[in-house]
Amino acid sequence: MTDARAVETAIADAHRREWARVLAATVRVARDLDLAEECVQEAYASAMRMWVSAGIPDNPAAWLTTTAKRRAIDAIRRDTALRSRLPLLVEPETADEVPIGDATEEAEDRCAIVPDERLRLIFTCCHPALAQEAQVALTLRLLCGVPTADIARAFLVAEPAMAARITRAKRKISTTRIPYRVPAAADLPERLRSVLAVVHLLFTTGYTAPSGPSLVRADLVDRAMHLARMLRELMPDDTEVRGLHALLLVTDARRATRVGADGRLARLKEQDRSRWDRAALAHAHDLIVGCLRAAPPGRYVLQAAIASLYAQAPSFDQTDWPQIVALYDRLLEVWPSPVVALNRAVPLAMVAGPEAALAEIEKLKQDGRLSGYQYLHAVEADLLSRAGRITEAADAYRQAFDLAANEAERAFLAEQIADHHATPA
Amino acid sequence: MAQYAVLIYAHDSAHAPDATPADIETCDRHSDELTESGSMVAAYALTPRDMATSVRADAITDGPFIDSKEVVAGFYVIEAPDLDAALAIARTNPVIADGGGVEIRPIHSSFVSDSQSAG
Repeated sequence: MTDARAVETAIADAHRREWARVLAATVRVARDLDLAEECVQEAYASAMRMWVSAGIPDNPAAWLTTTAKRRAIDAIRRDTALRSRLPLLVEPETADEVPIGDATEEAEDRCAIVPDERLRLIFTCCHPALAQEAQVALTLRLLCGVPTADIARAFLVAEPAMAARITRAKRKISTTRIPYRVPAAADLPERLRSVLAVVHLLFTTGYTAPSGPSLVRADLVDRAMHLARMLRELMPDDTEVRGLHALLLVTDARRATRVGADGRLARLKEQDRSRWDRAALAHAHDLIVGCLRAAPPGRYVLQAAIASLYAQAPSFDQTDWPQIVALYDRLLEVWPSPVVALNRAVPLAMVAGPEAALAEIEKLKQDGRLSGYQYLHAVEADLLSRAGRITEAADAYRQAFDLAANEAERAFLAEQIADHHATPA
Repeated sequence: MAQYAVLIYAHDSAHAPDATPADIETCDRHSDELTESGSMVAAYALTPRDMATSVRADAITDGPFIDSKEVVAGFYVIEAPDLDAALAIARTNPVIADGGGVEIRPIHSSFVSDSQSAG
């Protein structure tokens, strides 16, 4: 007998670390996402019983995969006709299908060397034929094993609505025959973009929760980090994959200092730099340097380089503003987004003064795409304040406040409004 | 293999009643390519929007059902092993380079009478 507590810990660990690997391998056999999920859930449940009596296996992922695959094969033999099969477009994989019978050591050994199927799974979940909100939900559900109720809570959606979203997405995968396959080289850059966008969105949603009382939703941030690491492990040569991981590392290194002890939002210049995670920053820096040498940098590498440069300065005042503006110029070339143009205005103000930056803001206001974006007004307010245009600053802070939904941000903006009304213009 | 309908969205159909062979040359060439490659199952070119008539419970009106910049100019059915393969075929439609686009929908079921043909 093995201690039940030790088994519980091992299972929780295997759930966090190996869910995607086990599910991805099982989908190959089950050829159906729902069936594969059921089988994997059952495998985790039976691990609780089996591991207590027979001991924790040396390779829990292999044990779970063997068990889940065997259940899938059983289910398929029971009803072949009813399942809608995923088109696999690969040679039938009979070699590692486990024969029906006991979970013999031999079978476990064979499963221990199954090829890694997680890339197929993530490219299927993030297929551009699925709406991005569906991609996000499927990724959390299938690659991270997050229960639907928790996904619903993270995105502030009622659970039945989230369940319906996931069901609809799975049905589209099987009806339209979205293949369970890593895309061909020619399609890879475009397809990888949607995968990276999902991971990035998960991170930003967790990092600044769009609404609600808490600024950071730590579990989403952790899931995004886990996925970024997984992608790097699976696609080690792709610079954008490394760039995204570096970007998340740099951003997250500042997590502890973004909110003060009183729950108030702390701006970059107010943050205690000694509390930043230096090891994570150094790791990210190495990744970025490697990427910049390897290829013309893409969107994520450049974003990471900018974030890293901000973080490297010993103090806010010693930030290398001209270099940051130069990186933003390159970022705008590869990713001409108005949000990037807005972010560029901040270091530009440090190089050329607030009025020069306000001229850029004016262009963005004319452009109109960001009119409902609270940060346009917040940045404008800050620049106006620094230019001494206090009354206008208060108005802009008010506009940002009206658009903000996160409580920590609202509190910060309310304070700014009060300050700017108190100061005589 | 599965069948997918490809709906062509364009400003208008090139297939006017008095269209010359030159007007529809691009469409014909693309159709021939798909036929030669073996992926084409069926194809229908529709006449322009001026020829459309819409029917609702309360009225019959002139023009396409949905008033928009693009109309369905035609549709065809292709055979492909999966969505990615279908998208790759659909992507070669010349309408895409011409400001329009295509929509891909899996076919649920179909029926074509043997005795009727549009020619």
